[in-house]
Amino acid sequence: MQKLYDIWTVFWRDWLVLRRRLAKFILSRMVAPILYLVAFGWGLGRSIQVTGGTYLDFLVPGIIALNSMNISFNSLTPVHAERVYHKSLEEYILAPIWPDAFVIGKCLAAILRGLISSAIILVLAYAFGAHLTLSPLFLAVLILNCLIFAEIGFIAAMKIDTFEEMSQVNTYILLPMSFLCGTFFSAHALPTAVRYLIELLPLTHTSYLLRGLGQGESVALGSVGVLLAYAVGGWLLGRRLFRGLTK
Amino acid sequence: MIEVNELVKQFPHRQPDGTAGWKTAVDHLSFSVEQGEIFGLLGPNGAGKTTTIRMLTMQTQPTSGTIRYDGLAAAQHAQDIKNLIGVVPQHVNFDQDLTVGENMELHARLHHLGRAARRQRIAELLDYVELADVVNDGVRRLSGGMKRRLLIVRALIHQPRILFLDEPTVALDPQVRRRIWALIRDMAAQGTTIFLTTHYIEEAEALCGRVAMLDKGQLVALDTPAGYRERCHVPTLEEAFLQLTGHKA
Repeated sequence: MQKLYDIWTVFWRDWLVLRRRLAKFILSRMVAPILYLVAFGWGLGRSIQVTGGTYLDFLVPGIIALNSMNISFNSLTPVHAERVYHKSLEEYILAPIWPDAFVIGKCLAAILRGLISSAIILVLAYAFGAHLTLSPLFLAVLILNCLIFAEIGFIAAMKIDTFEEMSQVNTYILLPMSFLCGTFFSAHALPTAVRYLIELLPLTHTSYLLRGLGQGESVALGSVGVLLAYAVGGWLLGRRLFRGLTK
Repeated sequence: MIEVNELVKQFPHRQPDGTAGWKTAVDHLSFSVEQGEIFGLLGPNGAGKTTTIRMLTMQTQPTSGTIRYDGLAAAQHAQDIKNLIGVVPQHVNFDQDLTVGENMELHARLHHLGRAARRQRIAELLDYVELADVVNDGVRRLSGGMKRRLLIVRALIHQPRILFLDEPTVALDPQVRRRIWALIRDMAAQGTTIFLTTHYIEEAEALCGRVAMLDKGQLVALDTPAGYRERCHVPTLEEAFLQLTGHKA
């Protein structure tokens, strides 16, 4: 019971900050999706043919995947400042809490931000005329994607020592994934060797799954397996790094 | 009671010739602190005071040696011991996104205080250090002295039996320093054991019952301020310190 209370405490702190900035958060999260929907959905999308619907229908799951990735990852970047600059992470290290509660609470808060942001995109997508089937499995994949990138953000926050290097994670990891992992076009269009490489990345499988589920298809178990492997690996590494802060 | 036995802390360090090696920050340190006393750890910059306090408060693990609180080994009973201690760090480490009250509330929640206890303690403590008016202000707005007072009362929310203060008055003007001294004396009078590190020698002299002198990670001496003066035949603790640590000009 106390472990749950500890998780809630960590989550409560992030909820407090999010609640105070909720209006700004929602407004700022609308900008990129609107640009994507206008540029790629209305503009470029009219001249692109895809099987099984419009390009807009193809695009929306990809935008949700990449957006939830970015939001979840970036929700954890303040932990880097808390560790390296403000040192406020010491409060949690000094407290008699279950150490894993910190990792779980922070990831839950990042998932919440990712889900709010995804909900905004869905509302906008429907307003733009997209057709997408929502289901509990769709939501589960979305949560899994948020969890994976929250964990990656957490790992980066624990390992990296400067702001500059933190921003390089965005430049060298998240940005290429945003464009290459089946978000704006099918990874099958890529040369075979590149495609195999891309299919090692979690966002590719999130894009596949969200697109398939959004079109009412069955779940690709291989992709679920890849995402679960990333989630478990990220969890184990994240908790190890947090516990390692007191070494 | 705190018992420290043969404590060592080494950090990875690159030697001047570029080879990898180890730097010893704390070197076979042993001492004990009695319940209810104000114990000072004195030393020049880089003597190992903060590293010692970080080991005692389980923020970093010793390379070797043992720490015991009332007979409980810190290595095995970290969670129990964290309930007994409060820590005032050298640097201001508030959560910058929260207000004064929210920072206090976070600390209280992290120490498992119930809602009623949280409200009561936060109100009492903010009132005690005359910060009740700024409860809803962001911590960034506070002056240096206000931040220091808030750091101290935040560490007291869960009513720790032992309070660690790492350079509590660093960079503060004399008035604020005196006010914090009064606060420390108050806490000691209420039965809290105080473990204080400082490089202000007059601070240790004014507050501490016993003072350990640390230099280059090693314990140089451990005595009362009067004992030091007598032993070194000097009128102040500062002169005794300079004599014992070999820093005399």
